Amino acid sequence: MSENPRKETVIPVGPYHPLQEEPEFFRLHVDGEKVTKLDIEIGYNHRGIEKISESRHFDQVTFLVERICGICSTSHPFAYVNAMEDLAQIEIPERAKYIRTVIGEMERIHSHLLWLGLAGHFIGYNTVWMWSWKYREPVLDILEKITGNRQHYAMFKIGGVRRDIKKEDIPEIQQRMDELVPGLDLFARAVEDDPVIQARTRGVGILTKDDVINYCALGPTARASGLDIDVRRDDPYAAYPLIDWKVIVLEDGDVYAKILVRVWEMYESVKIIKQCLKVLEKISGPIEIEVKNIPPGEGIGRHEAPRGEVFHYVRSDGTNRPVRHKIRAPSYMNVFTNEKSVPGGTISDALITLGAVDPCYCCTERVQVVRNNNLEHFLENDLLKLSVEKTNNLRKHLTKNG
Amino acid sequence: MAIKDITRSLFVFHAALSPCNNCDIEILDALTPRYDLERFGIQLVGSVRHADVLLVTGIPNRKSIERFLRIYSQAPKPCLVVAVGTCPAGLGIFHDSYNVEKPFDQYVKVDAYIPGCPPKPEAIIAGIVKLIKVLRGEK
Amino acid sequence: MEEKYAVLKNLQNKFGEKIKNIFWKNERRIYLEVELTDLPAVAQFLFFNQGLRFATASGIDTRQAIEILYHFSDDKTGKIITVRIYLRDKNKPEVASLAPYFKAAEWIEREIHEMLGVNFIGHPNLSHLLLRSDWPEGNCPLRQDKNHE
Repeated sequence: MSENPRKETVIPVGPYHPLQEEPEFFRLHVDGEKVTKLDIEIGYNHRGIEKISESRHFDQVTFLVERICGICSTSHPFAYVNAMEDLAQIEIPERAKYIRTVIGEMERIHSHLLWLGLAGHFIGYNTVWMWSWKYREPVLDILEKITGNRQHYAMFKIGGVRRDIKKEDIPEIQQRMDELVPGLDLFARAVEDDPVIQARTRGVGILTKDDVINYCALGPTARASGLDIDVRRDDPYAAYPLIDWKVIVLEDGDVYAKILVRVWEMYESVKIIKQCLKVLEKISGPIEIEVKNIPPGEGIGRHEAPRGEVFHYVRSDGTNRPVRHKIRAPSYMNVFTNEKSVPGGTISDALITLGAVDPCYCCTERVQVVRNNNLEHFLENDLLKLSVEKTNNLRKHLTKNG
Repeated sequence: MAIKDITRSLFVFHAALSPCNNCDIEILDALTPRYDLERFGIQLVGSVRHADVLLVTGIPNRKSIERFLRIYSQAPKPCLVVAVGTCPAGLGIFHDSYNVEKPFDQYVKVDAYIPGCPPKPEAIIAGIVKLIKVLRGEK
Repeated sequence: MEEKYAVLKNLQNKFGEKIKNIFWKNERRIYLEVELTDLPAVAQFLFFNQGLRFATASGIDTRQAIEILYHFSDDKTGKIITVRIYLRDKNKPEVASLAPYFKAAEWIEREIHEMLGVNFIGHPNLSHLLLRSDWPEGNCPLRQDKNHE
């Protein structure tokens, strides 16, 4: 017991299913309104997938890893097949490269839109949520048209892809992409022009470039802090080296920068998809090569998922199953950075700061705040209320002062 | 309070075990205007203490099932349990995970299963509506 | 081509014979081996001196030893240098922790500890990351020789 007992509150944060009576995922130590420390506990989602992989054969593993995360469900198969093709030194056909890229970028768009909606929800802009998810639906429709499912597309296989994109479908997909752009303009303008969003996100949850390097953060979380890394450009694969696009990097490292990186990345994704579709309209050819055996050896494959680099390492001994399959998702590195970005901020900013690294949704389940060494249990809605209250106060203040 | 009474307006609590999130996203999608769960009188609530129905997703891993059972004990009875997706129905591809002891319905009685990986929002709504109809005695 | 890779040249110039069994799988994947006592110095050199990013580490239980592969990404060239160590005493597998040098190693060492039973000497907090805290001691899910159920 210290001389000056600090007042610390426990606040559970969980977007939609606050299971608050349990050892939570995030524990905020708070002094007054300021967060002084963050504890992180994970494992609620641990399903033992790496071990399961050892008892599946290589083709089954592709379906297994899809289900690691539903939002970026293409990213894991993408990295996995890259790893296997690295292991066995397989070169996939041209058409497959472009199809993989289209699916990967569609996923990026739908994931970033989903996140934008959640971010809006976290700061009390539920209309942003409804709008962004509305724009998400056509993207999911296209994915369903091409792959047969809105999520878990089962498009990837070692050596290529499992389904083709039909030439007669391409004009419609191009059109949907064009229709998306005004929606992106809407969000870009909303974020850049709305003074309340600016007030809620500028200077909030800052991660410096040094932090990002020390924690080896990835994806938009890293690029918003000035670290110019992107696997698609640095260790190119699929059609990424064959078309024209750019990596979005900003300097400020705050929540605002993290939002903007994702918004502008979506424009690049549209660009990439349209170029790929143009090529797919012109070229013909197989979408896969047959792979008979996987030789013994090791392979490393990665993919720039919406959240950052997904890393797969596979070891084979010449049988049809992995001896070892190591999987590292980007959130593994990024969630840890919250240790740095959340303390120093206020409780009402905690929700948006935690959300800004775009953790796999299931990881944002619950947060606890410790106050007075008593575990006071707030409902998720209470923390959300704090955040929304802040937004409303800011709005009043800003309109009052013209 | 009889079950028939609560089917007029259903308060639904989303309880995730260890999901991959696809089902969770599709449940949320069911709330958005295109699918609009709310026109059936179905509302998502933030506290289990107000819940009539628990929508369960994911597999029961050793950490998550513990906390779920505690949640479940707080839900006012009668409380219906709906298993959304393949995972709570029977574990699916995770059937041999070392971090799972047994399938979800061996912990808790499940009133309805909505299979799929993930089930589309239409399927989720259809499943809940079916459950309501059955509880009301309609067919 | 392979002779011209500066990072590898610098590594070899600095550590000489301590860098063993260099294997170029292809032009972007390099594997090499060091003694476990040399790991901290090599890792720090790659991270701080050569500016590589620590991507992750893979721990594997093989019959002869516990292997740990540390994967460093050279984002400027797209190459990955994987540093391999062998922990041959499977009854007491341990190696110096890299967490005191860069935060990025903290979680993965906790995971390898609980999955494979490796002790990372000097780690600030070697508690369970993923498994329940009351998971039976010594029951490491990725060890081949343990029964877990």
